Amino acid sequence: MRSGDVLLKMEEVSKTFPGVKALSDVNFTLRQGEVHALMGENGAGKSTLIKVLTGVHPMDQGKVYLNGRPIVARSPLEAQHLGISTVYQEINLCTNLSVAENLYIGRLPRRRGAIDWKKMHADSEQLLRRLNLNLDVKKSLSDYSVAIQQMVAIARAVDMSSGVLILDEPTSSLDAQEVQQLFAVMRKLRDEGMGIVFVTHFLDQVYEITDRITILRNGSLVGEYETSKLSKSSLVTHMIGREWKEEDEHRKTESSYTPEVVMAAKSLTRAGSIKPVSLSVRKGEVVGLAGLLGSGRSEFANLIFGIDQADSGVMTLGAEQFQSMNPKKAIRQGIGFCPEDRKIAGIVGELTIRENIVLALQAKKGIFNYIPLKKQQEIAQRFIDLLRIKTPSMEQRIDNLSGGNQQKVILARWLATEPKLLILDEPTRGIDVGSKGEIRRLILDLAKSGLSILIISSELQEMIECADRIVVLRDRMQVGEISGGDMNEASIMKMIAEGGGTSEQYPQTGS
Amino acid sequence: MKLERMRLGLRINQNNIIIFSTLLLILLLYGAGSVLYTGFFSWQVFFNLFIDNAYLIIVATGLAFVIITGGIDLSVASVVAFISVVSASLLQQGMNAYAVMAICLIIGILFGAAQGYLIQRFDLHPWIVTLAGMFLARGASYFITTQSIVIENPTYLSISKYKIHLVGSNFISVSVIIALVVVALAVYAAKYTEFGRAVFAVGGSEKSSVLMGLPVPRITVLVYTISGFCSALGGIVFTFYMLSGYNLHLMGMEMDAIAACVIGGILLTGGFGYLVGPLLGVICSGIIQTIVMFQGTLSSWWTKIAVGFLLFLFILLQRVIVIRRQRRRVINHGSTMTPPQLQPLTNAEYSKL
Amino acid sequence: MSNTRRRAANIMHTKIIWPLTALAAILLFNLFFVPGFFHMEIKDGHLFGSLIDILNRAAPIMVIAIGMTLVIAKEGIDISVGSVLAIAGAVAISLIGVVPLWMAIGAALIVGALCGLWNGVLIAYLGIQPMVGTLILMTVGRGIAQLITEGKVLTTDSKSYGFIGKGFFLGLPFSIFIAAFVFLLVLYLKKRTALGLFLEATGTNKVSSEYAGVEPRKIYLFVYIVCGLCAAIAGLLVSSNISSADANNAGLWIELDAILAVVIGGTSMRGGRFFLAGTVIGALFIQSLTTTIYSMGVPPERIMVVKAIVVIIVSLMQSDRFRQMFQQKSKKAVIG
Repeated sequence: MRSGDVLLKMEEVSKTFPGVKALSDVNFTLRQGEVHALMGENGAGKSTLIKVLTGVHPMDQGKVYLNGRPIVARSPLEAQHLGISTVYQEINLCTNLSVAENLYIGRLPRRRGAIDWKKMHADSEQLLRRLNLNLDVKKSLSDYSVAIQQMVAIARAVDMSSGVLILDEPTSSLDAQEVQQLFAVMRKLRDEGMGIVFVTHFLDQVYEITDRITILRNGSLVGEYETSKLSKSSLVTHMIGREWKEEDEHRKTESSYTPEVVMAAKSLTRAGSIKPVSLSVRKGEVVGLAGLLGSGRSEFANLIFGIDQADSGVMTLGAEQFQSMNPKKAIRQGIGFCPEDRKIAGIVGELTIRENIVLALQAKKGIFNYIPLKKQQEIAQRFIDLLRIKTPSMEQRIDNLSGGNQQKVILARWLATEPKLLILDEPTRGIDVGSKGEIRRLILDLAKSGLSILIISSELQEMIECADRIVVLRDRMQVGEISGGDMNEASIMKMIAEGGGTSEQYPQTGS
Repeated sequence: MKLERMRLGLRINQNNIIIFSTLLLILLLYGAGSVLYTGFFSWQVFFNLFIDNAYLIIVATGLAFVIITGGIDLSVASVVAFISVVSASLLQQGMNAYAVMAICLIIGILFGAAQGYLIQRFDLHPWIVTLAGMFLARGASYFITTQSIVIENPTYLSISKYKIHLVGSNFISVSVIIALVVVALAVYAAKYTEFGRAVFAVGGSEKSSVLMGLPVPRITVLVYTISGFCSALGGIVFTFYMLSGYNLHLMGMEMDAIAACVIGGILLTGGFGYLVGPLLGVICSGIIQTIVMFQGTLSSWWTKIAVGFLLFLFILLQRVIVIRRQRRRVINHGSTMTPPQLQPLTNAEYSKL
Repeated sequence: MSNTRRRAANIMHTKIIWPLTALAAILLFNLFFVPGFFHMEIKDGHLFGSLIDILNRAAPIMVIAIGMTLVIAKEGIDISVGSVLAIAGAVAISLIGVVPLWMAIGAALIVGALCGLWNGVLIAYLGIQPMVGTLILMTVGRGIAQLITEGKVLTTDSKSYGFIGKGFFLGLPFSIFIAAFVFLLVLYLKKRTALGLFLEATGTNKVSSEYAGVEPRKIYLFVYIVCGLCAAIAGLLVSSNISSADANNAGLWIELDAILAVVIGGTSMRGGRFFLAGTVIGALFIQSLTTTIYSMGVPPERIMVVKAIVVIIVSLMQSDRFRQMFQQKSKKAVIG
């Protein structure tokens, strides 16, 4: 076989989860000696595709061929035995063991029944040298940086692989220098003839290292492209854009904001998470934060609400200045936050709708300032009516509700605290179309009533509909801002793809 | 820049800092005892540490395997007592001494394997299962007898009385040899067998171990089986020592065994430790006990408080090490997606992963 | 509105039905097999009989189990309660005669709260696992208790102190009133302050709760203090009942009884929703079981085996994997 031969082929792969069609008839081809990017926004199906390939999930339909032979992997272990190795973003090694052990555990070399440590160390050094790594393999893995640990994981994967290597967002937690180190290894492996599937959110990295790109959107294949022939803006358009239809453009027509600034963040920074961002929100204004996944949009929201601590920068709320924040303080200051992951950080599953609604208000009031049951029921009923939450009773467990209704309950939780600023991170993700519309209308109504809103969404149209102004982030950096008539998908995508240029901080994009 | 960080990591070797502290502590305690009390610094006093605690060394060593995987076994003391009752009553009925020992070991293996199976198969919390196991073993002894049975079997008596002379007229018992063999085997298994390394891997990260293809369920069941076996062996050795079977023997000894592991540098959260550690931990508390004895006026519960205090110090030390490690990982990682969480994952959370 | 309330009541009832059934079953068993079990008589204006005896003896377990319910609701555990019980008893009895009675009792309660504070700080602020954190006090606690009693079994002949554990009030043992008082107090905390809501929220989903502004650490600290206090109250009950403080044997194994009562009462070891009434019924069930075995002439020590098996069965029933296995089997049976 030579470079360019097809190594792995997935044909017409479909996968349905209860209620969601995660993949429909997706084709994917990996050739020898190439780095192949798999791209798409959240919910596009790339992680499902990888999970199907590596045997985490069984597929409903479709075929997988490795070196021309059909294969079925029923578990990650089986996939590994077939020669498909995966390195995840989260390093799946045992940091308490030595580097050498991590490379060979499960298949430790033995001599007369006992582990042959000498051979293992020699083999390890040799294996790592193949990746241009020179480590003390006797030291425990936890003594090394995450980048090195990542590299060790890759070394293990390479050693066990028969040509296919999947790297699932390996660069998310690496700094620029470490990324270069990783790329050097990837290039070497590619030149040796391996096929590497590379999942990432960073556009620049895609253009730096990959040969080909496969783009998924909403569980379907958009297409396979040669990296050198695909412009950044068309890549972004393929990922998040839609077919252009004039009648779809609903821009927010009336703005109701006043000059009064509710929240101003000045150069909020957190190492490894987001570079300085400055942003202010006025009373009654809806500000959108646009950017691809991993661009720093959610990270910024976490800083404002005090889930993560900023390394530097100042936040002004009303008349007060803050350098550090925590959720309780933020709530006291009138901030509400609907987090991205509703299940993990939003709902409290075992509790009822009523309890979920009053939770933040009660926390704001303190433990002994109890809201009497009757009052709780009034509040809950008011919001159930106001937000049209569909439920037989407010005493239903919240996890019995549909996603859209759960989201409304979380919204109700924050509205009950009468906030000044509401941060909505992906408020309509995983929600049916009808509820999406309702929640968008709600956002507009709330803004009209004087509430300031910071909205994050991977659906650009959603932000264009709701926001007065959109701030664009890219690769953890604030790259620009668009407002008023300039707001359309094309201009935003252009900015996401190309950045805002270097000379001006907030350049105007031509429209 | 990176290199400097690595070198720093080497200098503060967190893997062996606890065991060095323990060794230092032993030297200090033994030194203090020798200075304070005449007759303390003698071979026989030193050997007695082993003779009196041989059963505890065996039990703690078996327990260490469980703790390294991140589990716990609270049933050990009850199993020792149960074995003492079983052997005493079987010997009373005139059974052959070696057959009795074999039966005891089989009981221990089955008991441990059953606990391991429940924990692994049904994802039950090891604390709860082995707490129940502790009650079961204590209660089961009562089915045999509520009295203390004295052992008069000649084989047991001769093993019990046999003195192996070392250094002049000073001696050790057969039990000490058994205990040292167990420790040696454990050290070997931990370092030179695939199983031993897998135990550490599971303790480091169960999820990763599964993904790296280790037979995690089998390892889990096996460590509890080892612990059950060691408890039974400890029970036999203890029976040599006491020459009686009584179900109220060794109330609360499981805590001594856990304390020995912790003081010996076995991390309670799993993944770290040297198998020689439990031995050192036992010797450490043994010296405290001896000091209290030599002092004469102090009552024995001072040992309990002192050991408890040491336990606290060492748990704190472990905690500091774990926090440091986590902090370093955060600095390296710079990842922000997860909120700061100090508590390690519970079983339930693991199962959700 | 009344509809929703009825629904809420229904949920409560379905959860409490299991411990109630268990209790009813054991009482029914006694009705048939233990003659005179339900016999009650009035002597010197006091009620006597097995049932009263059960109530009286269940009081310490009940009090500790109520504290334990809160701790388990936050996905924790406290295995030091037996030792705290012993310490509190030792403190009270050693101080009687030295200081006024109320001060002795107060001191015991304060010591209990301090023990809880210690556990809480270790677990909530130092991040030590609950089992490990409370293990320390469990080991050291008995030593401390012995330090206080100087290794002896302390006794007292104070009649007024004895009233707590063996006195009668309105014809019923006074200890029952204390247990009821603790129950009502904690129930008040649950229903009339936000403690119940916060505890159930953090026990179910710590991250969500934190994001909603609840401070889990403070809640954890508080529940451990309450648990320590409950253990101290139980210590008063136990030591007053026998008019002595035994550092070695007072409250031995009571942590298992308490955990068992909580779990039988419907509160999951995984935290979240907690059921105080269920816990009380659970404690009554355990004591009834013990008394029944006593009255059948079985050596009381053997009850440990029964309890151990009950613990395993109950935790199996709470295990997702066990349920899954069971469901799969029944599904297969349907298909087959």
